[in-house]
Amino acid sequence: MILLVPIDFPGDIDYLRDRLRKGFRTRVEVSLNGLDPKPFFNPDRRQYSSASIIERLERDAEGAASKVLAVTGLDLYIPILTFVFGEARLNGRCAVVSSYRLDNRSYGLPSNPSLLDKRLFKESVHELGHTLGLVHCNDQECVMKSSTYVEEIDFKGSWFCRRCGDCCAPALAGLK
Amino acid sequence: MTQRVSMLIVDDEPSVRDSLLQWFLQEGFRVETAAEAMEALEKMGNSNFDIVLLDIKMPGMDGIELQGRLKEIDSQLVVIIMTAYASVDTAIQALKQGAYDYITKPVDPDDLSRLIRNASEQRRLLRENLSLKEEIRSLVSTEQIVGKSPRMLEVFDAIRTVAQTDVTVMIQGASGTGKKLVARTIHSNSKRKYFPLITLNCGALTDALAESELFGHEQGAFAGARYRRKGKVELADRGTLFLDEIGNIGPKAQMDLLRVLETRRFTRLGGNAVVEADFRIISATAKDLEEAVKEGGFSEDLYYRLNVFNIRLPSLTQRASDIPPLVDHFVEKFSVAMNKPFTGVSSGAMELLTQKASWPGNVRELQNAVERAVVVGRPPIITASDFAGLVAPGGPSADVVLPLAEMEKRHIQLALDKSGGNVSLAARLLGVDKATVYDKIGKYGLVY
Ligand SMILES: [Zn+2]
Ligand SMILES: [Zn+2]
Repeated sequence: MILLVPIDFPGDIDYLRDRLRKGFRTRVEVSLNGLDPKPFFNPDRRQYSSASIIERLERDAEGAASKVLAVTGLDLYIPILTFVFGEARLNGRCAVVSSYRLDNRSYGLPSNPSLLDKRLFKESVHELGHTLGLVHCNDQECVMKSSTYVEEIDFKGSWFCRRCGDCCAPALAGLK
Repeated sequence: MTQRVSMLIVDDEPSVRDSLLQWFLQEGFRVETAAEAMEALEKMGNSNFDIVLLDIKMPGMDGIELQGRLKEIDSQLVVIIMTAYASVDTAIQALKQGAYDYITKPVDPDDLSRLIRNASEQRRLLRENLSLKEEIRSLVSTEQIVGKSPRMLEVFDAIRTVAQTDVTVMIQGASGTGKKLVARTIHSNSKRKYFPLITLNCGALTDALAESELFGHEQGAFAGARYRRKGKVELADRGTLFLDEIGNIGPKAQMDLLRVLETRRFTRLGGNAVVEADFRIISATAKDLEEAVKEGGFSEDLYYRLNVFNIRLPSLTQRASDIPPLVDHFVEKFSVAMNKPFTGVSSGAMELLTQKASWPGNVRELQNAVERAVVVGRPPIITASDFAGLVAPGGPSADVVLPLAEMEKRHIQLALDKSGGNVSLAARLLGVDKATVYDKIGKYGLVY
């Protein structure tokens, strides 16, 4: 089972849950009580530490879920980088993804909800892919291709390429 | 195929280390981290890395100094400096000392990923270039022994006989007869050719240094041993250890050497672990070692262990018929190198060279004479007057004004020769930094 944990997420999390269910063909549930974002806030950077979120998830996520994905509308960072779209523990249990930099409005463009949904789905699959042991892929179409700016996300596909799919098949089977 | 990139992250801040570790693990890199300088040096000593991400400001040793030490271990290492604030001065200082680039924290993810992509590409090119250079060098070296005289045909025969075996070889010959070249040719025609040929210049080896040079040392083995270092014997594993100027080695070093030749096992200085190494020995000497053994200056046991198969190189006067092909060979070599289209030497010049009564510096002296003539001569033909320095008593070039760059080139080559190809040592002799020496090696295409 995959558990989604909302942290100040303004979007439609049920829609994301349904798409992930279809994609991974496994149970996906939304945690009833989300997390309070305050402890993750860095006042100097006015951003939220993705590493602290993952640490917290690892410490206290409910037992039944094999993977835990926090979904947030907050701006995430790691110390060395100006921002991240999300973060995951390679081969781990927990990941986090943010819609903040996926939203056209943060680039001064008009809102585009369906594009935002697509991007959030891709980045969610991408971070979950890392927890399934996948590293970045050079296939342009593959969702595991690394994206460091938002348009790159639009170029790639929404699912694993054949090789990545084969690679994580055993781990995927373990989800069910 | 593409090799997996390996990276070492050095930062005293745990959150920086961890987040970079995660980031690059997801790139599919092999990643290790170190919290401080000593840990970084230790990890460098134990394993190879392509890229080091290095925080410039750390307690203990600063990033610039650490960069220097890391580069001593691997001169091709790609170092990227991380700095918390835009301190241009220190960043530029780091660049001057060979850092690949620097980043100011925090950095845009796209910039970081582009930088790392370029850095790994650079590292790949360096590695390819290095192996290509070695390949070219070994190709050249098999060609470079020029000559058809009866004495040289004997030498070629001997090389052919012994190269494919693992037999210990001793090369005897006066200075400038090409002992190093013969050693290289044997190695590059042996089954060990894909593994290193490690040269130990025994002339520069004092008894005090011998043990750590040969066997390496563990961190803390003595004052100044701040990290583990592999010795020449360990570096030569699966390859060939070439002991140049073996006749100049001190009594203590003779014993150390004898011990490892007998057992092929040793311990690093300050360590207990027994290390095994599989290497072939080629030694070279200009001295008559048999004489030295009789006089008690050289260990008899060591002599017999080294002198299993003996190759004696003739002096240039003993192979005078090789002078014309050697001259042609050097003219071609230096014409290409200096981009001066010479077709050869005049008959008068050739006569001068073949009639010369003695060549105390042997082939090297001849090579130097041709090189100088190519510098001063005017294409297409080198004439006898271009060899003016040669006939003048008191040695060549005393009265010829050479271009400054030519002097610099020769001087650096001399330092490299004296240091047995050890760039650090050559830099110290010249009183400049290693980067400068590497720079000139590239500029002049020097051999070391
Ligand atoms: Zn990723
Ligand atoms: Zn893929």
